[in-house]
Amino acid sequence: MTRTPLRPLARILHARSHGENPDAIERENLRLRHEALRDRARIRAEGRLLVLAAMFFLAFAAIGGRMGLEAASDPAEPRVTAFEADISTSRADILDRRGRVLATNLVTHSLYAQPHVMIEPERAARELAGIFSDLDEDRLLRQFTDPGRRFVWIKRRLSPEQTQKVHDIGEPGLLFGPRQMRLYPNGRLAAHVLGGAGFGREGVSAAEVIGIAGVERVFDDYLRDPANGGAPLQLSIDLTVQAATAEVLEAGMRMLNARGAAAVLMEAHSGEIVALVSLPDFDPNDRPLPLTEGDAADSPLFNRAVQGLYELGSVFKTFAVAQALDEGLVSADTVIDIRGPLRWGRFRITDFRNYGPRLTVEQVLVRSSNIGTARIAQMFGAERQREFLGRLGLLQATDLELTEAPTARPQMPANWSELSTMTISYGHGLSSSPVHLAAAYAAMVNGGTAVSPTLLRRPRAEPGPRVISAETSAHIRDMLRQVVTSGTASLAEVPGYAVGGKTGTADKPRSTGGYYEGKVIANFAAAFPMDDPKYVLIVALDEPVDTTGTEPRRTAGWTAVPVAAEIVRRTAPLLDLRPQIARRPVSGAVPARY
Amino acid sequence: MRGLFYVLAAVAVIGLAFWAYRETHQTQRAVAELRQLQREISALREAIDVQRAEWAYLSRPDRLRELVAINFERLQLMPVMPEQFGDVEQVAYPPPVIPAPASPQEAIAGFDPAPSDDSEDLP
Repeated sequence: MTRTPLRPLARILHARSHGENPDAIERENLRLRHEALRDRARIRAEGRLLVLAAMFFLAFAAIGGRMGLEAASDPAEPRVTAFEADISTSRADILDRRGRVLATNLVTHSLYAQPHVMIEPERAARELAGIFSDLDEDRLLRQFTDPGRRFVWIKRRLSPEQTQKVHDIGEPGLLFGPRQMRLYPNGRLAAHVLGGAGFGREGVSAAEVIGIAGVERVFDDYLRDPANGGAPLQLSIDLTVQAATAEVLEAGMRMLNARGAAAVLMEAHSGEIVALVSLPDFDPNDRPLPLTEGDAADSPLFNRAVQGLYELGSVFKTFAVAQALDEGLVSADTVIDIRGPLRWGRFRITDFRNYGPRLTVEQVLVRSSNIGTARIAQMFGAERQREFLGRLGLLQATDLELTEAPTARPQMPANWSELSTMTISYGHGLSSSPVHLAAAYAAMVNGGTAVSPTLLRRPRAEPGPRVISAETSAHIRDMLRQVVTSGTASLAEVPGYAVGGKTGTADKPRSTGGYYEGKVIANFAAAFPMDDPKYVLIVALDEPVDTTGTEPRRTAGWTAVPVAAEIVRRTAPLLDLRPQIARRPVSGAVPARY
Repeated sequence: MRGLFYVLAAVAVIGLAFWAYRETHQTQRAVAELRQLQREISALREAIDVQRAEWAYLSRPDRLRELVAINFERLQLMPVMPEQFGDVEQVAYPPPVIPAPASPQEAIAGFDPAPSDDSEDLP
């Protein structure tokens, strides 16, 4: 760059000759030079600003464009991750308490057709009708040859054999879509607990599997939640025990010509249900449709153990006796006047047979005297009885994890009169379900703390609120044991397991009011082993008749009790309970003989 | 000096570009391999699920009960019953095996409270 001098000699000389100040020229030139410098600096700064602006613009444009693309693109699974993906898209399995599968998924296929790419619609329709007996050939052909149709659903679910057969037709217009199918490998076992599943929203390539009833419905959100990573749902049901219970109960039901039966086996301290059987049952893989007419209780879908609200009869006497003992109104040896019939207005309370003029409180329960229990109930009255039964959970629906549970609200008299108090004390006038009864009996025998029934495996059970004192519970255990050793449930004796319990035979109410003659619900509420009860078992039979004797016997002692005893005999060893049998004492070591 | 700087910068840019290209290529190959493996894993998982379902189906209590009934003559399996529990004391001890002593010395050595290793070397 050529530097222009600030004091050019020619101009200085010229200025001097004219008598002007030459410094003015220097100042003038200095000013011009500064202006030129300033202009250059401005242009450069402007250029930099432009570049900066362009860069910001490009950066924001890139981010914006990328966001737009991401928003518009189809969702895809993240395939490239460093760790194993913890997201599971399939419905979680359901396991029993020992980890055996109760419900799992199987990939099958659905079948659909695209008529416009079909080559031989007639042959395809004919062969499809040959494979699936429920499809109509003419209707299929009409659908396949309809020019307006481009898509026809044919079957929701195919078995692998059917898939192969359809494949063998070789028709390019018949297409398969993958379908996850819910499989219950154990068939009818625990059907009422599991409920069933069906398809929700359906597309060609996938369909939602949603729970319809039972735990599948209640835990639908949990089972479908991808964030669980496919962690299974573990129930408190034990598959083996459930199978043994169902087998014995079904045999008993058939032998006694009962219309239905229910059994609940519950852990006495935690309220975990180990087996819950309701007969007749159904196959959850092929869930029947609900009845549209008639009595819903006749449907195999009806869960007698949870939904079946019955007047349970004499099994309720335990609660009246327990309350009177707990409140210190009586002791086990207090003598009660049981001369009958007991008249109340136009109502008479009688006993099954005459037990004499008086019995001790203990004998009232062991011999099952209606009059005696009614007299005991009169001691504490309606208000306290209601409050006591409420604490046992007998007056509201259980919070069992089944869709049916909240609908099963016990039915009780609106006006809880003194007469109601007396009838409820021996189990008439208040309807509740076998599960209610199991929870209440668990509280009676486990030392006196309330339990809430559950179908979930709980890692640790906190004892519930106290209902009766531990001492009362011990008395009740003693009395229930005596019912078996010397009372109405003598057939319940299982050597080694010290079964105790209370029978109950309730007349079946007519839907039109009043009671049926000769139709009963026989119940047996049992616990074992009685010195420290681990399990509570409820067996209920609907209209059983024992015809092995000379005349038909319907009382629980002849029907529900032997069935319950067989269930205990079969399930107790499976529950890892050692029988307490006095063995021949063995002294020292005995050498084996070969 | 300045020219050398430009040359070095150009070489560095070319080198980095080559390195970046190679890394990208390797990443893509690894991703492709990963996809393949993941496909295999999911196929195997599905197969395991099917096997589990089949195992559960084949060992369902109904079927086992039938099999036990069919093969009763050979297997003689019965449901577990309370009578089948026993005590440890009921299990008999095996009779002690007492080897006959080869020589009186050995017999004596057997009763030695602390037999030494060289007991057999005794005359």
